[in-house]
Amino acid sequence: MRVRLEPRPPSRLRELATSLVAIIASLAILGFLIALAGANPLTGFFLLVKSAVFGKLALTETLAKASPLVLTGLAALVAFRIKFWNIGGEGQLLVGAMAAAFIGARTVIPEPLLIPSMILGAAVAGALAAALPAFLKVRFEADEVVSTLMLNFIIAYLMAALLSGPWKDPVSGWTDSPDILPAAEWPTFWRGTRLHLGIVIAIVSALGVSFLLRRTTFGLAMDIVGDNPRAAIHAGLKPKRIVLITALLSGAMAGLAGAGEVGGIQFQVMGSISPGYGYAGIAVAMLARLSPLAVLPAAFFFAAIITGSSEMSRQIGVPIFLADAIQGLALLAVLVASVLSRYRLRLDLARSGAGP
Amino acid sequence: MNLLDLILDIGFFAAAVRLAVPLLLGTLGELIAERSGSLNLGIEGMMLAGAFAGFATAAGTGSLWLGVVAAIAIGGVLGFSLAMLTVVLRLDQTVAGIGMTMSVTGLAFYFYRLGFGESAVPPSIQPFRTVPIPILSEIPAIGPIFFNQYALTYIAYLLVPALAFFLMKTPAGLSLRTVGENPLAAASVGIDVIQMRIVALIAAGSLAGLGGAYLDLAAFGSFGYGIISGRGWICLALVVLGRWQPIPCALAAFLFGAVDAFQLRLQTSGAWAIPYQVFLALPYLATLVAMVLSARQAVAPAALGKAYDPEIR
Repeated sequence: MRVRLEPRPPSRLRELATSLVAIIASLAILGFLIALAGANPLTGFFLLVKSAVFGKLALTETLAKASPLVLTGLAALVAFRIKFWNIGGEGQLLVGAMAAAFIGARTVIPEPLLIPSMILGAAVAGALAAALPAFLKVRFEADEVVSTLMLNFIIAYLMAALLSGPWKDPVSGWTDSPDILPAAEWPTFWRGTRLHLGIVIAIVSALGVSFLLRRTTFGLAMDIVGDNPRAAIHAGLKPKRIVLITALLSGAMAGLAGAGEVGGIQFQVMGSISPGYGYAGIAVAMLARLSPLAVLPAAFFFAAIITGSSEMSRQIGVPIFLADAIQGLALLAVLVASVLSRYRLRLDLARSGAGP
Repeated sequence: MNLLDLILDIGFFAAAVRLAVPLLLGTLGELIAERSGSLNLGIEGMMLAGAFAGFATAAGTGSLWLGVVAAIAIGGVLGFSLAMLTVVLRLDQTVAGIGMTMSVTGLAFYFYRLGFGESAVPPSIQPFRTVPIPILSEIPAIGPIFFNQYALTYIAYLLVPALAFFLMKTPAGLSLRTVGENPLAAASVGIDVIQMRIVALIAAGSLAGLGGAYLDLAAFGSFGYGIISGRGWICLALVVLGRWQPIPCALAAFLFGAVDAFQLRLQTSGAWAIPYQVFLALPYLATLVAMVLSARQAVAPAALGKAYDPEIR
């Protein structure tokens, strides 16, 4: 028996339906998991939506969680566009966070410059962390999937070493970095909430990436490199340089996600600074079907799942961890849906040998 | 206490072997998958699923060996599922693998909490006992280190030469390597590329599941949220370090089993100024260096990570 993929005529409608189908499929699984725990899925969904979007605190909390997801989603998106499989968003986020925490605690920097310095420093740190695997790829042909993944752990362990060493609180012994200065704390838009500057950075980045991809020569060059690097060389482009620049951009945005967590939420670095935002960014980018503006609703969806499911789990007594499972399942669902939107599956029941 | 005191005893080396076995099993599985052309990024999730299924089955039935069977089975099912996504539907291996690890991690923890509840003391089982091998276990130093281990450990030892023989000396092994190097050439001599890759991922999943279950059924006797904590990713690194060859991969697994044992001692003794996390980062650092050193030597299977479309010739 063989499964054959027959291309379908392209359809804008099916393309749009893909993400919707994936969301519905993952919510159905969510309902099933809630039912398995002996709770009522409808109550679960109601509580999830209620605690994710209804009310000032719920909505702002979801938006605050969506900000890093937009940025890590964009980071994955630009890299995946040129088939540079950067799965190092988590590590790039962490170096961004460390840079922001270091800069935000410097008293030598004039106060008005603190926040801009944190933003710049985090972007540079993230960009450099992504530049290394990009350099290893173009110079040594080292596979970026493995190298970016390795760097995630190298960075996470070095951060842990830093937190339990030089950054450890000498009095309490806590493994948190020193607090950033009050002037380095990012402004919030709504008193009493955690909706901070990061959301603006996220939205501006999404608009910027959208402009870059649609309206600039570089965006077109990225499309050509992503489609066919050999054709790109014939067209007079330099694919290696495009890979390096795209990696810098990708890492910078992941680094900014880390800066937001430090400047707007935690005001310091600790081991749990990111609940896997870097990896979730991959799911965001895929759910957005690699379209930059679609990253905004996709990130909002995952953020709503994260905020909503933790409160819902508490109230109806099902285990947390639902959010983790749903992120992965939504990612797998959108991948399968994307194949189904582009191809018709045909089963060849006759064994059709392998040779021509 | 100085550095030498920290490692120069039989107990240290026996612990190194104990911690190397899950890495060894996962690495051999990853090696099979990669030799067939599949980068298995689901491995971290597969190890965790194996650890959970093994523990839950053993706790429920009282049989450790049924736990082993369950772990192998769940790993195989996950390997098959990943093959459906990446080999049959030809989805990108990186993204599908990450998706599998993310979902399986969430699901395993969800079901663990559902089945075992929330308690201050993690539930535990009576793990496998060590089985000293007559005569061999009496060899000075070598005996207590290598031959006073669990039955699963001996199985893992035997898998190394068996896999090396299979890959290098049998027709099926040659087919598998050809599928990973040049699927078109493989198909032209009548090898079923798709089927080969599916079987390879099932084998990879089963071995990863077994490696995960070894941790709770033999080494620790309990399941915790941090039980795998990156061991699957280390296996991915060890395949690169071992240059896609079974024996060097196995040696790399033992080396980093020793590094793991060393950092555990460092954590408990606090004897040294270097933070233990540096040693945790070591396998990943070594892999980056190895990737640079082996640049352009084409040691990786040529078709690794690339989907095979039977209709393109």
